[in-house]
Amino acid sequence: MLLLGLTLLLTAAAAADLPDTGAPPLLGPGLGFSPSVSASASAPPLLLLPQPRPEYGAPGVALARSAAEEPAVPAEEEEGPHHHHGGGYRVVQWEWSYVQTPYIIAIWLLVASVAKILFHFSQRFTTVVPESCMLILLGLVLGGVVLIANKKQLYQLEPALFFLFLLPTIVGDAGYFMPARLFFDNLGAILTYAVVGTLWNAFCTGFCLYAAKLLGVIDERVQADLMDFLLFGALISAVDPVAVLAVFEEVHVNDTLFIIVFGESLVNDAVTVVLYKVYISFVEVGVENVQTADYFKGVASFLIVSIGGTLVGLVFAVILGFITRFTKKVRIIEPLFVFLMVYLAYLTAELFSLSAILSMTFCGIGANKYVEANISQKSRTTVKYTMKTLASIAETIIFIFLGISAVDKSKWAWDTGLVSCTLVFIFVFRAAGVIGQTWVLNRFRLVPLDKIDQVVMSYGGLRGAVAFALVVLLDGEQVKAKDYFVATTIVVVFFTVMFQGLTIKPLVDWLKVPRSTSRKPTINEEIHERAFDHILTAVEDIAGLQGYHHWRDKWEQFDKNYLSKLLLRKSVYRKSELWEAYQKINIRDAISVIDQGGNVLTSARLSLPSMASRASFPEVTNVTNYLRENGSGVCLDLQVIDNVPGAKVEEDTETHHVLAENLYKPRRRYQSHYSRHFMPLGEKERQDREVFQRNMKSRMETFKSTRHKRHKKERSLKKRRGSDAKEDGSDKPRRNVSWQDKNPVVVPVESEEEKGEHSDPEKEEDVGITFVARKAETPKQRPKSVPAALDGSPLASPSSPPSGDSHLPWKGSVGSPPPCVSVEANKIIPVDLQQAWNQSISSLESISSPPVPAEPVHPRVSALSRLGGPRPASYTPPGSTAGSTSSIGAQVLQGPFCFPERNKKEEEEEEEEGGAVQEMQPLMSSLRPPGNPCVYLRSLVMAPSPGSGEPHSRGPTQL
Amino acid sequence: MGSSNSSVNNIPNAQELMQETGFSAAHILRLHERFEFLDKHKCGQLRPQDFGAVQELALNPIGDSIISAFFSPGQETVDFASFVRILAHFRPTDRNQSRDGAQQEPANSSIRKLKFAFQMYDQDRDGKISRAELLQVLRAMLGIQVTEEQLQSIAERAIQEADLDRDDAISFDEFRKSLEKVDIDHKMSIRFLR
Repeated sequence: MLLLGLTLLLTAAAAADLPDTGAPPLLGPGLGFSPSVSASASAPPLLLLPQPRPEYGAPGVALARSAAEEPAVPAEEEEGPHHHHGGGYRVVQWEWSYVQTPYIIAIWLLVASVAKILFHFSQRFTTVVPESCMLILLGLVLGGVVLIANKKQLYQLEPALFFLFLLPTIVGDAGYFMPARLFFDNLGAILTYAVVGTLWNAFCTGFCLYAAKLLGVIDERVQADLMDFLLFGALISAVDPVAVLAVFEEVHVNDTLFIIVFGESLVNDAVTVVLYKVYISFVEVGVENVQTADYFKGVASFLIVSIGGTLVGLVFAVILGFITRFTKKVRIIEPLFVFLMVYLAYLTAELFSLSAILSMTFCGIGANKYVEANISQKSRTTVKYTMKTLASIAETIIFIFLGISAVDKSKWAWDTGLVSCTLVFIFVFRAAGVIGQTWVLNRFRLVPLDKIDQVVMSYGGLRGAVAFALVVLLDGEQVKAKDYFVATTIVVVFFTVMFQGLTIKPLVDWLKVPRSTSRKPTINEEIHERAFDHILTAVEDIAGLQGYHHWRDKWEQFDKNYLSKLLLRKSVYRKSELWEAYQKINIRDAISVIDQGGNVLTSARLSLPSMASRASFPEVTNVTNYLRENGSGVCLDLQVIDNVPGAKVEEDTETHHVLAENLYKPRRRYQSHYSRHFMPLGEKERQDREVFQRNMKSRMETFKSTRHKRHKKERSLKKRRGSDAKEDGSDKPRRNVSWQDKNPVVVPVESEEEKGEHSDPEKEEDVGITFVARKAETPKQRPKSVPAALDGSPLASPSSPPSGDSHLPWKGSVGSPPPCVSVEANKIIPVDLQQAWNQSISSLESISSPPVPAEPVHPRVSALSRLGGPRPASYTPPGSTAGSTSSIGAQVLQGPFCFPERNKKEEEEEEEEGGAVQEMQPLMSSLRPPGNPCVYLRSLVMAPSPGSGEPHSRGPTQL
Repeated sequence: MGSSNSSVNNIPNAQELMQETGFSAAHILRLHERFEFLDKHKCGQLRPQDFGAVQELALNPIGDSIISAFFSPGQETVDFASFVRILAHFRPTDRNQSRDGAQQEPANSSIRKLKFAFQMYDQDRDGKISRAELLQVLRAMLGIQVTEEQLQSIAERAIQEADLDRDDAISFDEFRKSLEKVDIDHKMSIRFLR
């Protein structure tokens, strides 16, 4: 299967390459280029995008390439006039040079993405072979194809492209989603390995290679002296973040091990950059001219590069946090700010030749907490998915291009001695360095790193694209042995990524390295671990030690007192982390309960008592399906957010979209009927209205059973209005209108409670991006089956509650739980964790559960019952007594009862005002009658007012 | 070592303490200095008020609970030996130490660490963390940021989650089980300077 995929890919690649070769004949005659030149002119468009750096004075291929670029630019300028000379109007024009650059980039991205798909076809295969290996192999094959087609390698991993675009996407993702606590807990070890370890590797490798040269193991042709070898040692010794990420993400070693290796690979950038630059300058001036002061300058330069880079990153983190404090009104560009500032941190550090990777990493780590708290739920998802997508594709491209770059004879200069010596040295010194440092570190570490850890760390020292890009950047004039170094680097990278990458998984299995668990912490763990932190701090204080916990506590105090005040929104600042964690856990549980135990639930508590409700969702057999139909896709979105970054993102995305496609099936059928009459509404509003409808339907049940006559009157009233409002004369739409008219009176009450209770309206304005891929729907669609069921339901009154009960506020809704569930489900979905859960939980606590006898239930079921059961209780303010509950309930009920008469007049007035307005705001008509000012006010709070509602609803559609 | 040994010899039972807790002589000496610093009345006993002299503890939201966990039930004071024994809970677990079963569980075993944390919750020492006790700690940790209802729902949830025998309280076994996935050795250890 894979072979087939590869051949497919090859043909695709060949097709992509065809235009290159096809273009010259078309352009050739007019422009007067010789075909060979224009072939190379059109070929390296990837180079055109990032301007090559000044120091990229390249020999060999690179020179030819930059020479080829010169004609390429005028070529595009001459393009325009030339087409006019072509004579006459051409119906179809070949505009290759116009679209060339983006086209080829897009094709490459496509190839990379398709390659990813193909690799994941075979589950068994991907568990054995890491993706990075396959991508490099693919790159080799593609490179071979290009080479055969063009006689010359056109593509390679360009350092400028790599450092300016590909690397930042990966590092940005890594930094932003870095587990900060874990990182700082192990900061000592990370810094040691990154600084001491890298220096050790660099010097030892350099000196030993020089020794091997003196001993004659390395061939005479390799013209390199000590400085050259030290330079080579510096660039080859750094563990590569891209390779480490690619390999270790699939291996799933335990967190500590991962963070040490990965943290090292990020932080050692400062060392590599400095060593590289120092040696370059030494090579340039010549070793004999290097003065003692220069060595000290090198040390100073290291401090400046590393600390400066970190500071730049932190400054940008603060700016980013501060900016996102004020994006309440422009949620839509929140993710952009995150990307921009993180990227700017990288570029700024590059600008001052500081450590860009350090800068970006610390910007991400520093800003993450504040940004995540400030931006909306959807923005968080956007940031996460976009970052993961970009990082994933960048990684893919890096590996493919690494493979392609290897297939280039002009770059290669093979020397077996150099290659084998380098391979042996880097492995030996890595192992020696790790063991030595670990021995020292273990004297200070709480949890010492044992032998197995050390083996994995030694073996996990993968080299990658950074080394390759650096070696390509070398100046061939000054470093005579550049071609040998390039070849050696390629071999080293391939060996570490492919051989070690391939074998590290079996090794980890064999050594029984403790794996990471992608387990979510329970609430007990959340509580107790925080308590542990406090205990340890207290004990350190009591024992008079100023240890790690002491300083961490100091930092947290500082963060709480100053930083958070500066960088967090007021509404967010007040929140407690533990409470947030609690809510997340709760929601996760609710989702899983619903997802797995829907049936249990249905039978235990939420059986559908009224025929109408059952009939309204005919194809739904259990709550799971019901929720799937009604938007649990968005619920799962929340779950996705919870995930440990990097774990199974693709899989979740897939699930998400599968579910998303299944949403709102019954409603969609109705779209054509209604879409004309309504502006496409925002997600939240639409869902609110659906909640209204459903809730209203349940109310109608009890209503009809008690007050049949009045109901009929109302219906006739609606019928009249419906026929006025819509050209569609059928029954169903009218009834929808009637539900909607009444609903605002009922639901607003709870909404006001929500707001009063938590006073966090910010989060609700979570408009902007709708992730669920479905069309904007009109609010009033009902399944066809519903109205039919409704017609029958008055007769089916035995199933509806007795008339006396219907006056109790909770009976109405509890009698027909599905609407309750729907209310809750919809609540969770559009809003975010906070409100829905606050509400349902506080209602549970504040009321001694009037709706249902507090029977002992299984914890999971009772967790679910919070979802649905006690819903009506939320109508009461928290902490209010049962008395106030019933009074409010009565109030609520009065609304609908008195409603029709008032509404009738109201509507008559409105009809005079104009049908269009009425159609636009079907809710408003019922809001007008201020018979009960309280209810009126509440409905104002809840229902989207014409002024505030529409801009929000239009927001997404303008996109 | 000689000078420190001579000072260590001034401390009563120093050798037994070192034997028992695994602290080195330097540790004992250092802790003894600290103990005497805290012991304002020079009576060889620490009372809860003495701990209050530590400024940082005043900032610790659950400082009082932690302090009270230092005192064995019914006792008003803690002497130096008990002080050291309690601090020994927080020594990192030594992995290479041979585990001879005859010896009793060392103070820095993860069980003993957990026991200390459990005692911090269990203020009335009845062997169970009741809802009220959990709430008290939660309230202290969360402070004013969270409403009482929210606190209660968190406590409710936590108890529901950990409570295996449905007695509406968390026993030590349940406490241990609820944390069995956590690396206690790591999370409940501090590094004592040598």
